[in-house]
Amino acid sequence: MSFQNPIEIPGVNTIYFLRTALNEQRKTRGEEELSSPEFMKILYEKMKFLEIDKSILQRSLNVGFSGGEKKKSEVLQMMILEPKLILLDEIDSGLDIDALKSVTKGINALLSKDVSVIIVTHYSRLLDYIHPNAVHILSEGKIVKTADASLAKELESRGYEDVLHTSSTA
Amino acid sequence: MSRQIDSFIAQEYKLGFETDIETEQAPLGLNEGIIAFISHKKNEPQWMLDWRLKAYKRWLKMIEPKWSHLSFSPINYQNISYYSAPKKNINSLDEVDPQILATYERLGIPLEEQKILAGIAVDAVFDSVSVKTTFSEKLSQLGIIFCSISEAIQEYPKLVKKYLASVVPMGDNYFACLNAAVFTDGTFAYIPKNVKCPMELSTYFRINALNSGQFERTLIIADEGSYVSYNEGCSAPMRDENQLHAAVVELITLKDAEIKYSTIQNWYPGDENGKGGIYNFVTKRGKCLGDNSKISWTRVETGAAITWKYPSCILLGDNTRGEFYSVAITSLAQQADTGSKMLHLGKNTSSTIISKGISALKGSNTYRGLVKVRPQADNARNFTQCDSLLIGDRSAAHTYPYIDVQNPSAQVEHEATTSKISDEQLFYAQARGLSEEQAISLIVNGFCKEVLNQLPMEFAVEAKALLSLTLEGSVG
Repeated sequence: MSFQNPIEIPGVNTIYFLRTALNEQRKTRGEEELSSPEFMKILYEKMKFLEIDKSILQRSLNVGFSGGEKKKSEVLQMMILEPKLILLDEIDSGLDIDALKSVTKGINALLSKDVSVIIVTHYSRLLDYIHPNAVHILSEGKIVKTADASLAKELESRGYEDVLHTSSTA
Repeated sequence: MSRQIDSFIAQEYKLGFETDIETEQAPLGLNEGIIAFISHKKNEPQWMLDWRLKAYKRWLKMIEPKWSHLSFSPINYQNISYYSAPKKNINSLDEVDPQILATYERLGIPLEEQKILAGIAVDAVFDSVSVKTTFSEKLSQLGIIFCSISEAIQEYPKLVKKYLASVVPMGDNYFACLNAAVFTDGTFAYIPKNVKCPMELSTYFRINALNSGQFERTLIIADEGSYVSYNEGCSAPMRDENQLHAAVVELITLKDAEIKYSTIQNWYPGDENGKGGIYNFVTKRGKCLGDNSKISWTRVETGAAITWKYPSCILLGDNTRGEFYSVAITSLAQQADTGSKMLHLGKNTSSTIISKGISALKGSNTYRGLVKVRPQADNARNFTQCDSLLIGDRSAAHTYPYIDVQNPSAQVEHEATTSKISDEQLFYAQARGLSEEQAISLIVNGFCKEVLNQLPMEFAVEAKALLSLTLEGSVG
């Protein structure tokens, strides 16, 4: 799960946090812990892919990170930990175009038959880069409408009020 | 969620076991006869006995201090045995009681292994008598003296007479004065001119016999241009009755010398209702006597029911420097009133205080510090940072910083924060697959990092292990 506002943990290196979390995941899956060089190799590969500066590794987790750095760091954690179900809460908010490209590149790289991603967003801008199987509209805690990606486009042009009103009378 | 944390923290004291060996013990109580008995047991010269008796008379006129933010039942000084020692006289490791050796092994410091592994010379104090001093021969080739204080009194009376109580005067405070009268053993180290001690010096203290207060006295002198790093570790077996521990540590640096003093303190903390546990009243003070000298205190405290301790530096020489790095954890019903004093007397003196207090369960943590700049101390500088971390909603943190500046050229900075491990932080870490225990451990270690980084490497590993042990689920 990625947070809309990733939590700051002072004093804990990003790299240390990532490694601890990964090894814990591996333990649960019954795999061996990764050695430092093995871990660094994977880490650098993913960071290069996401265009993240190495300097964040030695900084305290999310402390003083810019909006873009925080979101990229969330995607990096996701790529390292490889969860089966991913919930991304407003992963696109506060990002400039380049950062949005990196972030969505990361998400697309993870998509597979075995991995599901739920993205919560207020903007269809994200859909220029990611092609969802389904779009749901959540209202007052309930999914009130489900359709394919075209629903998002429709929303963008007509607004929630109109789309929901039409759907309930239809 | 916090109840879960509590149950992690309330685990049993893991070093709580008692070694069953024969001890020779003084009867309960304190009087001139008992002091003579201690002095006689130690084969002390007359001047030492006279000094002790003088301290005792002085102590009788003093009143136990009440200003600390601590509450505990009154101490009955007549209900304590002031001397206990393993019966046999021991000359080599082979003669050491196997049970004592086993105890050390359970504490993770097998003497044999340490000899080979770390190159650490260990002066192991078991109850009141130094059981074994290792590496002394190697050190003596460099002219370094590292032995028990009892031995030093007999072998190096000139040094002892010159420096004993030169930093902590006999009547400095109630507990220091008591110590002066009844101290049973402790460590003595002297580093000669321009010698950099090639290994970490280290002592493990351990209270053992029932009802035996332990009163160590440590004296470390670094002569001109020398350097030494000294590690002190403490741990005590589980007890139901409160045990009094009143130690005195004195450090002296001459011109261009440096002493680095690191402590891990893990006395039995008592149970969650405040029953049992060690009462720890310690006076630790260093004096930077010569110009350009430096004293650095680093400590991690996780134990004792009551802690009253203020490692301090008197910056007497010009360009001297004092440092204090501290992590103090109070959990269960532990109370700590602790901090540091930096007294600036020389010119261009500087000091740093970094204090991290962690309180969990019903623990109460008080930082009390004094930064004093005297009129003659031109260009003094101090930086103080004291951070408190609260875990759960029953713990408490207090801060009493005193700043007394009498010279306008001084620069004194004070920073303080109080924070709480938030549910969001825990949730965030747990959402990445960490257990709650690991998450707390991670956060607390992050909180203490600046201090842990100051510890010698092997000690830092031990400190981290102790943090997790103390706040398991809360630290790692």
